Amino acid sequence: MSTSWSIFVIVLVIINVGGCGWLIWWTMHMRTDEQAEGDLSTGHTWDGDLKENNNPLPKWWLNTFYLTIIFTIAYLILYPGFGNFSGTLGWSQYGQYENEMAASAEKLDDVYAAFRDQNLMELSSNEAALSIGRNVFLNVCAACHGSDGRGAKGFPDLTDNDWLYGGNPETVYATIANGRTGIMAPMGAVVGDDGADAIIAFLRSDNPDSAEAAAGKQKFMTSGCIGCHGLNAEGNQALGGPNLRDDIWLHGDSTADMKGIIMGGKTNEMPAHIDLLGEDRVRLVAAYVLSMSR
Amino acid sequence: MKHDIVEKNIGLMAILIIVVISLGGLAEIIPLMLSRTASDPVEGMRPYTALELEGRDIYIREGCYNCHSQMVRPFRAETERYGPYSEAGETVWDHPFQFGSKRTGPDLARVGGRYSDEWHRVHLMNPRDVVPESNMPSYPWLAEAEIDASRTPIKMAGMKTLGVPYTDDDVAGATAAVDGKTELQALIAYLQNLGMAIKTRGQ
Repeated sequence: MSTSWSIFVIVLVIINVGGCGWLIWWTMHMRTDEQAEGDLSTGHTWDGDLKENNNPLPKWWLNTFYLTIIFTIAYLILYPGFGNFSGTLGWSQYGQYENEMAASAEKLDDVYAAFRDQNLMELSSNEAALSIGRNVFLNVCAACHGSDGRGAKGFPDLTDNDWLYGGNPETVYATIANGRTGIMAPMGAVVGDDGADAIIAFLRSDNPDSAEAAAGKQKFMTSGCIGCHGLNAEGNQALGGPNLRDDIWLHGDSTADMKGIIMGGKTNEMPAHIDLLGEDRVRLVAAYVLSMSR
Repeated sequence: MKHDIVEKNIGLMAILIIVVISLGGLAEIIPLMLSRTASDPVEGMRPYTALELEGRDIYIREGCYNCHSQMVRPFRAETERYGPYSEAGETVWDHPFQFGSKRTGPDLARVGGRYSDEWHRVHLMNPRDVVPESNMPSYPWLAEAEIDASRTPIKMAGMKTLGVPYTDDDVAGATAAVDGKTELQALIAYLQNLGMAIKTRGQ
């Protein structure tokens, strides 16, 4: 706030506080010219003889008004409010926030320090670490992966030990910290409608070498699918290509669902969380995720 | 001044009452309206795109503000959950701002980037598909309703009049930018931009 605005506020505050004090004083003191000695009347008379008596507030009541004025003055000395004057206590809203954060950071640092020399596998069986990890998970991760970690259609189940990018501790940590973007290219133009049906038959077949799967397998091998899903359609964790030979179907196992993904593709995103959570808490939540998959 | 004079001149009393009750507003509101921290955008902020602006209108139409605030207060309990606290400069181009006053659902001031577009799509169609415990209503009609692109340039021109720095090209290209888009896409675009001007602070 500029100096002139500060002065503007200070003047208004003085007028306001002073005015309140004066108003209380003024209304509580009968003017001598309006009141004769021993006469309780205010001097107001209606209809010839109807008089209004002055009936002052009790002293204690009046004093509470003066106390509020004293409180105001004390407040303006101690806390910000009087123009640019920041108060003798040096309090500020942001200062209070910074202190709150610093105090908790110090406390939490002690807690986290105990976990820093343990690796993620050790942490995943450490009850104290898991109880923190669980809380972070419920607060941040549960919106997509569910409070039980079982996910939803389009959002991976974390309890089934089936991993798109691999289930080793470093990979789970990296996924949480940096996020992932899984891209299934739209293949409609490449495989065609019949081709998509054939591929679905191949993926569903118990025996990939059977006659019913042959056409689909041929299509799968020649259409570029193997680039991400591997020669045997068992996936490629380095690329995040899902295993298509198991019974886990992230985006649904109906023919319509599967065909929709093949024809139209899908981009699925796991957001990065390192900025939001910081390294310590990403480690703890990674440990919790690892513990859920066992 | 005599008691009599104030009591017997109602016009004078009205003026004195107005003077008294205006003091608080004069001290608290007027300097802030002219303060740079409240009127200048934060660094790196850009106005809403045409699609996001239409999404904001959906947000208002569907009454999202009744259950969701957009104001992270400077308390640890809030910044731990939602992200950095909100600043005045983040809402200088919001007409009207969407601070809200009630949180049946979570605060949305920093929801941008927190979830994928796909999550928002599923969640708006039926929140219980991803959050079984949710009591948020479903908004399936948003996926079918298309934005009325003919009105977008008028809205942007209105925002420009209110001081949002749109260029003439922005306004001219507004129809093309939202043409054929659904209300769902617009709302998700709006949500994904919320709070993106300040992602982290002093960690």
